[in-house]
Amino acid sequence: MPAFNILNHEMVPEHRLVGEAEAEKIMKRFGITKEQLPKIKMTDPAIRVLEATLKEKEGIREGMIVEIKRNSKTSEQFTAYRLITR
Amino acid sequence: MIARGVSKRISSIRFALLSPEEIRKMSAVKIITADTYDDDGFPIDMGLMDLHLGVIEPGLRCKTCGRKVDECPGHFGHIDLAMNVIHVGYVKEIKKLLDATCRKCGRLLLTKEQTDEFKKSLERVEEFGGDVADLGLVTKETVREAASKAVCPHCGATRTKITLDKPTSFREEGHKLTPKEVRERLERIPDLDLIPLGLDPRVCRPEWMVLTALPVPPVTVRPSITLESGDRSEDDLTHKLVDVLRINQRLRENRDAGAPQLIVEDLWELLQYHVTTYFDNQTSGLPPARHRSGRPLKTLVQRLKGKEGRFRSNLSGKRVNFSARTVISPDPLISINEVGVPVAAAKELTIPLTVSPYNIDALKEMIRRGPEPVTVTGDGKARYLPGVNYVIRPDGRRIKVTDKNAEQVAEMLEFNFVVERHLTDGDIVLFNRQPSLHRMSMMGHQVRVMPGKTFRLSLSVCPPYNADFDGDEMNLHVLQSEEARAEAKVLMKVQEHILSPRFGGPVIGAIHDHITGAFLLTYMNSMFNKNEVMLILSMVKSHRDLPKAVMTGPDGKPRWSGKQLFSLILPETLNMAFKSSICVNCEPCLYEKCDYDAYVRIKDGNFDVGTMDEKAVGAFKGKIIDKLARDYGSDTVREFIDNVTKLSIGAIMVRGFTTGIADEDIPEEAKKRISDSLESAVSRVNELVRQYKTGELEQMPGRSMEETLEVEVMKVLGKARDGAGDIAGQYLGMENSAVIMAKCGARGSMLNLSQMAGCIGQQAVRGERLSRGYWNRTLPHFKQGDLGAEARGFVKHSYKDGLTPTEFFFHSMGGREGIVDTAVRTSRSGYMQRRLINALEDIKVTEDRTVRNTADSIVQVLYGEDGIDPSRSIQGDAVDVDGILIEALGDEAQILAKIEEKRFSPYATLEKDMMEGQEEEESEEVDYDIGEGDDQ
Repeated sequence: MPAFNILNHEMVPEHRLVGEAEAEKIMKRFGITKEQLPKIKMTDPAIRVLEATLKEKEGIREGMIVEIKRNSKTSEQFTAYRLITR
Repeated sequence: MIARGVSKRISSIRFALLSPEEIRKMSAVKIITADTYDDDGFPIDMGLMDLHLGVIEPGLRCKTCGRKVDECPGHFGHIDLAMNVIHVGYVKEIKKLLDATCRKCGRLLLTKEQTDEFKKSLERVEEFGGDVADLGLVTKETVREAASKAVCPHCGATRTKITLDKPTSFREEGHKLTPKEVRERLERIPDLDLIPLGLDPRVCRPEWMVLTALPVPPVTVRPSITLESGDRSEDDLTHKLVDVLRINQRLRENRDAGAPQLIVEDLWELLQYHVTTYFDNQTSGLPPARHRSGRPLKTLVQRLKGKEGRFRSNLSGKRVNFSARTVISPDPLISINEVGVPVAAAKELTIPLTVSPYNIDALKEMIRRGPEPVTVTGDGKARYLPGVNYVIRPDGRRIKVTDKNAEQVAEMLEFNFVVERHLTDGDIVLFNRQPSLHRMSMMGHQVRVMPGKTFRLSLSVCPPYNADFDGDEMNLHVLQSEEARAEAKVLMKVQEHILSPRFGGPVIGAIHDHITGAFLLTYMNSMFNKNEVMLILSMVKSHRDLPKAVMTGPDGKPRWSGKQLFSLILPETLNMAFKSSICVNCEPCLYEKCDYDAYVRIKDGNFDVGTMDEKAVGAFKGKIIDKLARDYGSDTVREFIDNVTKLSIGAIMVRGFTTGIADEDIPEEAKKRISDSLESAVSRVNELVRQYKTGELEQMPGRSMEETLEVEVMKVLGKARDGAGDIAGQYLGMENSAVIMAKCGARGSMLNLSQMAGCIGQQAVRGERLSRGYWNRTLPHFKQGDLGAEARGFVKHSYKDGLTPTEFFFHSMGGREGIVDTAVRTSRSGYMQRRLINALEDIKVTEDRTVRNTADSIVQVLYGEDGIDPSRSIQGDAVDVDGILIEALGDEAQILAKIEEKRFSPYATLEKDMMEGQEEEESEEVDYDIGEGDDQ
């Protein structure tokens, strides 16, 4: 576990791991395969915190998708998706 | 002709190395002699111009493929190098390979586990869509890991340090490695160890980076030119190859004759030099090979690199047919959608039309006119008629139409022929001015063929093109397909670009005299008699009838108000209220009863109160234009802008308008007041300096004594300048032409005027008073350490008074900074823009509003995160809340005005746009090219 949870900082947007079924749905919505999403590194601080807080048996694997909800100048809140890679 | 509609998708491109075997296999002839032509001017066999290499002279046939000029693509030859030579393009890779492998056994300096690990990560990157750059990062990591080993894990040999002696020699612990030794080492690397290093051993054996054979490009790549005198002039590449061949020959002879090692080594190095410069004549550390005249040779890399290279000059920026370029000049009566094209250009530019039952008769008529139709002068008016230059038969044959055969060609015209018709009125063309920084730099216009030699355009479209008429040239492109014309008509016409995507406001509107004209027409109670009204309205297209005159003049005849005339060009449903540019923001606002006539009200298309100026009809600021563009559509705004232009010109011509240096005249009394106030400011500065020197000056928090003094002095002098301006302003009233222009926003500002009539003020460099030059002083005219106003660049005089020599010098210093600033800014922002555009050029918004690249990968899930087209936004906001409020509340003018006040601090409009380039005349012609070679 990193020294403190950066996800609690107000400047860091909300990261959420997306489940298998939901990921499927998202892919369908955009008509794409996972590789066509923007990427995020496994070593990204936010992902490392997610992994530490999650404590699932397998943890975070490559090919999973995170949903990032961030504040936007133009639309208040904006939801982006990223594919986790190494 | 190439069949249309057939397309193939390239799934991947692989780059590999050429092996010596391959070079020899693809070679049509082995080149051994350095001579090109014999005494009869015939190419020598096995020379650099051997006929096997292709043909460049008409009449001859290629000895390899038997085809003629233009049919034969040319064929490679090769030179067998006497000794190995390193390829400059690969020295970095060679260095990496030598670093990462064992000098004894040639294995990669990693254990089996490590090797597998790196291989796996390579595969992973590939699986998740990594590109070449990503793969490069992994292999770089592999090399770094391997190079950190001291002992070979396979054979136990100790690793030695190899240094690269630029440009092409390698050194191992002081001892020089010959290219031959390098090649031997590279040969030892086993295939399997190459994969983690990012090389595919099937197509890229590393020893191929050291050349044993050199491909000779076909003659078609390096054609020789025959001069008028009959002399032959060879291409730079041929010259270089001659050098290579000569040295190669000498090296071989010397080596075979058993010449001393020293001589052989010297020749070997010379061969290396020639081969290196053959590839790249700008290799650092090597003197460039020169032509006899002293000009450096243009070899392979030089042909590709830089602005004049193949990529930027011939691929990204190809020259095109069906285009024209000439000087532009204004036409005040032309629509913003139109462009005036000179007759000479119109007859050269053509549009292809396929003959069908519907147009055959019209086309026959056109062909009969021939390529030079006479301008008809029936009914006293000259009329341009389009003719035809070429007719293309379905089999692809082009028939040139001449005056002689025109009749004949017209008779034989059949369906499916293509007729290349001259440009004529109403055709859609693209019009462009460089630098094309905008999408508005290239817009669709309708042609109007005109006499003269220049392109004519409406003054209102100058701001988006950033054009003026001091010699600017513009380009015109004629669209050749129906699809392109349709696209241009719907998407690219000028009227579709009135609202800018940069800040969601209009970029096209009235400028300069058009604003002055609208102001003079509508300000206060300007009245016009019947003659004047007819003159003004004669050019305007209005759907409305002229209303009853508002009053009767002293001559007993009717008078119409300018406001009535302006109402004629407004849509009848328009309702608006806003404050114009001349508003002085008095408290409380009197709205309709404004003393300055600065409150505009339009009720049901009737404009009865206020003044039309920059805030109403100007480019960038015009509220009426903004509203019309949004609520009434592009046709309505276009018509409105065209009408405002004509109306304003009519008004300004009826009244007459001029400005001169006399407009800055102020009475003696005013001059006295100004100089008195400046004197007192200067003495206040002297007092501040005295206080500073005696230490009485009260230090400001967070500032040193020096800074405190500077701030105080700047404050006093700034106030003094404004004060002088205010005094001058009191004597310059609304009857003054210069003031009218400044107040209504046509051109110039009150600051400009106060500098001309009052006082120029403090000159600054980097925001500080002038201080550098001589030791402790700016000029020898002052005492050392003088901190007073005059000694530090305060200019007391006005432009009209004239400056003292010292003031003039200080003013030049300040002026120079501005010029340097703009020069630096434009070149830097030009380069920034280029990089940005290279990164974004193939990203587009798709139907589902996602932003994607060419690989169909998503860049943004929803365009701009809100899916809003910025040109339809309201000053950057997606929803116009205030506008809706106004709609709902009707004409509760008071409330409206409150809302209006907080609006219009446009999202991204720059001061520059508003002032419309005050300094632009000086700052033109800046080369945008700083960074090179980071692309390609």
